[in-house]
Amino acid sequence: MARALVGVKRVIDYAVKIRVKPDKTGVVTDGVKHSMNPFDEIAIEEAVRMKEKKLVQEIIAVSCGPQQSQDTLRTALAMGADKGIHVEISGPEYETLQPIHVSKILAKLAQEEKADLVIVGKQAIDDDCNQTAQMIGGILDWPTGTFCSKIEKNNNELTVTREVDGGLEVVKMKMPAVLSADLRLNEPRYATLPNIMKAKKKPIKKMSPKDLGVDTAARIEILSVEEPPVRKAGVIVPDVDTLITKLKECGHV
Amino acid sequence: MFATGLRTLRTSNKYGLLARYESTLVIAEHNNESVFPITCNTLSAAKKIGGDVTVLVAGTKCDAVAQSVSKANGVSKVLVADSDAFKGFLPEALTPLIVAAQNEHKFTHILTGATAFGKALLPRVAAKLDVSPISDIIGIKAPDTFIRTIYAGNAIQTLKCKDKVKIVSVRGTAFEAVPLEGGSTKCEPASAGDFKSQLIEFLRQELSKSDRPELTSAKVIVSGGRGMKSGENFHLLYTLADKLNAAVGASRAAVDAGFVPNDLQVGQTGKIVAPNLYIAVGISGAIQHLAGMKDSKTIVAINKDPDAPIFQVADYGLVADLFKSFTIYSTKYGMIASFHGSYDTLYYVCELCFMCEKTKLL
Repeated sequence: MARALVGVKRVIDYAVKIRVKPDKTGVVTDGVKHSMNPFDEIAIEEAVRMKEKKLVQEIIAVSCGPQQSQDTLRTALAMGADKGIHVEISGPEYETLQPIHVSKILAKLAQEEKADLVIVGKQAIDDDCNQTAQMIGGILDWPTGTFCSKIEKNNNELTVTREVDGGLEVVKMKMPAVLSADLRLNEPRYATLPNIMKAKKKPIKKMSPKDLGVDTAARIEILSVEEPPVRKAGVIVPDVDTLITKLKECGHV
Repeated sequence: MFATGLRTLRTSNKYGLLARYESTLVIAEHNNESVFPITCNTLSAAKKIGGDVTVLVAGTKCDAVAQSVSKANGVSKVLVADSDAFKGFLPEALTPLIVAAQNEHKFTHILTGATAFGKALLPRVAAKLDVSPISDIIGIKAPDTFIRTIYAGNAIQTLKCKDKVKIVSVRGTAFEAVPLEGGSTKCEPASAGDFKSQLIEFLRQELSKSDRPELTSAKVIVSGGRGMKSGENFHLLYTLADKLNAAVGASRAAVDAGFVPNDLQVGQTGKIVAPNLYIAVGISGAIQHLAGMKDSKTIVAINKDPDAPIFQVADYGLVADLFKSFTIYSTKYGMIASFHGSYDTLYYVCELCFMCEKTKLL
C-alpha cells in the first residue's frame, strides 16, 4: 500500500482583507488570522479518503515555515494525517522562500519517507504561485497530475481527471506520482473535537532545511509590495434605462 | 572599447550571464490546428524583454500552427517538434524537449502564457534547470525585474529574479496581443530526441463546447453567481451574451452549485479576465472573485443587496432583483439590437418577452 506525503502551508486566512505594509516590504502578517491553505485542506482530505478506502497506508503531513506552522500540522493531524514533519524556516529566510525550495524539501522527504504519492494543493492563496507540485515532479522525475478534480487508484496506476481551460482532461500515470488538488476534488471535513485531542498525541518531527541538504538561499529579491490601483468610485443607477444609456455613452453596447 | 570589453566578458562566460542581448523562447500553446490567442499576448511580453524571440511549436501534426506563428512580427525563429510523443501536450514529454532546446540555444528567458497548460508545464522545466520560476506576471520592468500580483490581486509585488535563466508565465490580459502577420521567419526542426514519456499517458479530453467567444479573450463577459438560483436561469445570461457577442462566466458559488461547468469560473483560482465590459449578475463579489475580474475596463453589477462588495468595484451598479431588472435589461437591449433588423435578434426579443410574461413584467 502506498505512503502519502502531503504538503500543507500556513497562510493568511482566505477571508481576511490583507493590508500592505507602509514601507512596501510586504503585507502585514502579525496579529492576522492564519489558517491552512484551502487547497491543502483538500489535499489532506483526499489522502485521508484514500486511507479510508485502504489505498493508502500512512499519511505524513509536512509544513515548511515558522514555529506557528505546527498549528497547521496539528490541523492536518486532526483531519486524519498520521504524523507530521515541521521543517522550520523563519525570519528573512522565510520572506524569500520560494516553491523551488519547498519542492526540494518535499522531494527529499518523499525519498526519505519512502512515499509513493505526494499530494499538495494546486496553489497557495498568498503567493498564488501554482508551482510546487510541478517542481516536485520535475525534481523526482515522477509523473504529475496537476489541478486534479478526481483521482482513482488501481494497483500501481492512477487515473486522474484534471481541470483544464476548456473543460476536463483524463490522464493515466504510474506510481510514484505527484498530484495537486483543485477545488472540485472534494469537500474537506471539519476536525472534530475528539480528533483534535487525539492529534495532540500524534508525533511531529522537527527538522531544518540543512538536515535535508537543501539550500534555501534567496532566488529572488523583493523590490516592493504595493497596494493595487484603486478603482474610481462607480455610480448606482436607478433603473435599466439609465444603465443602458450609460453603457451606450461609453460605447459598450 | 566598451563594446569590445563586453564581448570579451561574454565569450568568457559560457552561460551568457553578461550577454548583451536577451534571447527568449516562447512555448506556443495550440491544439494542433490553431494557435491560442494567449500565445500572441506572450509574444508581446517577449518583445518587451527585448532581443531575439524564438517560438517553440510542439505537437502532433502541428505544421499549420508553426506556419501561422512564423508570420508573427518580431519572431526570429520557429522551432517545430512534431511527434506522437506530444499527444495531449503532457509536461512529462515537453519538458525534456524544452530542456534540450535550452541546452542548445542558451536562452535567457523561457515564457508561456499563464494558462492551465503553461502552469502545468513551466515549473517542471524550471525544476529541471534548477531555476525558481515566476508565475503570472503582469508587467516587465527590466529583463530581470517583473511585476506580479499576490494575495488574490490585493497586493502587487515587484521582484528581481536572481536566476540565470528567467522562467516566466505571462498573464494574457496584461499584454496586448501581437498579430500573426507582418513577419515571415523560417521554421526549423527543434532538437531531436525520444521524448515520449513512459510515466504518463493522455487518455481523453472532455471540453465544453460553445460557439461563444473564449472567456479569457472576450471583449464582453456576462457572469452569473449564486443569485442566478439555478442552472436553467443561466439561460438568461446566455441569451444576453449571444446578443452582445459576449462570453459567459461564473463565480465559484455558481460552479459549486452545479449551475455551470468549472471552466467558466472567474477568479483567483479560475480564469483571470479583463474584458472591456464585465456584467456581474447575482454575484456578491468575494475577494477571490474580484481577483479574476477587477481589471475589466467597465464593470456593471446587478444585485439586490446594496451592501454587496461587488458594488465597490462596479462602475455602474443596479440594486434590483436580477430576475426583474435583468430581464428588462435583456429585453430593452434586445429591442435596441432588433432595430438592426436581424432575424436572430428578433427571435431573442420574442424569447425574452416570453420570459417577461413568466415573470409577469410585461
